[in-house]
Amino acid sequence: MGTNAIMEKTATDPAVRKMEASFLIDTTKCIGCRGCQISCKSWNQNGTDKTTAGPTLTNPPKLNSKTYTNIAFYESEHNGAITWNFSRNGCFHCKKPACASVCPVEALVKTPEGPVIYRADRCMGCRYCMLACPFNVPKYEWEKLSPSIQKCNFCYDRLLAGMIPACAKTCPTGTIQFSDSIEKNLTEAKKRIAENPGKYHNHIYGEKEAGGTSVLLLSAIPLDQIGHAKVGDQVLPDLTWKYISGIPAIIGVVLAAGIGSWVITRRMKNMDKEDEQ
Amino acid sequence: MSTERHEIKMFTPMTLGLLILIIAGAVSVYKRMTLGLGATTNLQDDFPWGFWIGFDVLGGVAMAAGGFVIASAVYLFNMKKYKPIARPAILTAFLGYLLAASGIFLDIGHPFRIWHPVVMWQIHSIMFIVAIHVVIYTTVLAMESSPMFFERIGLKGVQRFVEKIMMPIALFGTLLSTLHQSSLGAVYLIVPDKLHPLWYSSLLPFSFLVSAIMMGLSMVSFESILSSKFFKHKADMSILSGLARGSIVAIGFYFVLKIFILLSGPGLGAAFAGTMESRLYLLEMAVGVIVPLILLLLPSVRNSMGSIFLVNCFVIVGIVINRMNVSIFGLLRHAQERGVSYFPTGNEFMVTLFLVALGIFLFKFACKYFNVLSYGEVKN
Ligand code: SF4
Ligand code: SF4
Repeated sequence: MGTNAIMEKTATDPAVRKMEASFLIDTTKCIGCRGCQISCKSWNQNGTDKTTAGPTLTNPPKLNSKTYTNIAFYESEHNGAITWNFSRNGCFHCKKPACASVCPVEALVKTPEGPVIYRADRCMGCRYCMLACPFNVPKYEWEKLSPSIQKCNFCYDRLLAGMIPACAKTCPTGTIQFSDSIEKNLTEAKKRIAENPGKYHNHIYGEKEAGGTSVLLLSAIPLDQIGHAKVGDQVLPDLTWKYISGIPAIIGVVLAAGIGSWVITRRMKNMDKEDEQ
Repeated sequence: MSTERHEIKMFTPMTLGLLILIIAGAVSVYKRMTLGLGATTNLQDDFPWGFWIGFDVLGGVAMAAGGFVIASAVYLFNMKKYKPIARPAILTAFLGYLLAASGIFLDIGHPFRIWHPVVMWQIHSIMFIVAIHVVIYTTVLAMESSPMFFERIGLKGVQRFVEKIMMPIALFGTLLSTLHQSSLGAVYLIVPDKLHPLWYSSLLPFSFLVSAIMMGLSMVSFESILSSKFFKHKADMSILSGLARGSIVAIGFYFVLKIFILLSGPGLGAAFAGTMESRLYLLEMAVGVIVPLILLLLPSVRNSMGSIFLVNCFVIVGIVINRMNVSIFGLLRHAQERGVSYFPTGNEFMVTLFLVALGIFLFKFACKYFNVLSYGEVKN
């Protein structure tokens, strides 16, 4: 079923409608089995890809148009011993998504339940969403003649049918914890950090990034060491809105200045003529 | 008088060169349309916008600014002196917008959905605002250029009518241009974490507008001189030095604005950090702003057609570098952190050359068959 059709068939279950879908991803629990990666592919019927593993065995090395989520492997030194760190990439489902705000045709939209979904039939392929997303999530089907944007849709179809997303369902270690409330996950994340001194790097990635996201990440080491870019706390669409909301004022100024100078300069020309006579 | 256009020869080595570029470029366009973006460009997931957006769209639209600058000088400020250059300036703007629109058409993944924004409004999107402007302003430019068409086909009455209502058309055109030029800068407001701080600023829309006015003045002057050479048509020195004086104001203002952005943003040190970005920034400022400003302040330069031409070239190249810096080089660092780089393919260059060559060809064609160059002088 296309996401468009899903959108139109608004969920009837009141519990779903009140939902504010959220993941708490505790990367310290991850064992790198990549089960989420596989179940995501199966559920979304995303084909396989000819890949080469990255230097630390991340495979595929990056998200792509057939891979909505992947587990990235990083090595680090912890108390003199080499440790693996597993990080999960994918859409953060921002509370105020830059991708949806820049899309000129509302192909990307933030649904009331939280997921940011994509409607391929509207997309004209400008790829502004790819530029705008601070986490570099939307991917493009470059090889196709009729390409679409591809990205995680939080299994919106599953959510509306009362199921939790495929990745969270599959995860054997509880790394990916689904909740119907961002607040609940945030409280849980804070609790874990407080109760386990030294276990976590003291930062909940996604709490403030880009104005706050629906996906929260916990990690043992700083998140930029496991591939998560430093992203400011600024609500990105606000930056643009400041300009757009100023447009009526610009229109007023230009019209006034234009008409004003027309009247004045014409009057001056006429005065010149009169003086000559 | 209007007989001048008959002296323009269509079969010259230049036309031949243009035709070769157009044919070779058409092959590249065909490849883009039949093989897709992946096979013909170096665009990729971590670098979704490249040369076509930087040069064809941002550059093309900035080059077209001469149209609204001259239209507002003539029709809003009643500076009738510039009337002889109004037609070529507006025609260039029209072609510049066609270049930009064709660039967008080829760049987007679904060219034949280019009309989608017109029906699927999303007012939070700068891209939507840009798209709507391209559509409306290209129409306005067509209207502004229409008198010479009506004149040519003998509909004098219609021509006179359109000329009568030129003031509101020009006002509308100026309004759209102000919004459009600045909104192209606003496109990049959403990427504070990606665009290098030397270019990212909340004043991007304003600096795009001011630099477009600079570029417009230089383009118009550049063109008047070139067409006087190629089409054996006399350029009016008082018009050229008038444009040069206008340029001093625009460039001076832009200089102050850029320095303000630098000092209030990343600081003076960033410009001299010795990185690729700082070098490109200095290049852009030297070529497009500082050298032209110093030269134009010398009276001997303002009164010599050759020197003015040189200054025009500096400004045009400098502003194109600025657009490339914002759209490509300023974003490269972020891409490189993600392990990718970008350089356009031969095919990307060829498509752009195709569009540019086509624009110049159409300009020449219009000069030959319509009264573009010698209009307005007759009455003086
Ligand atoms: S992470 Fe990127 S793609 Fe996902 S909602 Fe946020 S801006 Fe959009
Ligand atoms: S590429 Fe498609 S989804 Fe992305 S901003 Fe453009 S129209 Fe919207």
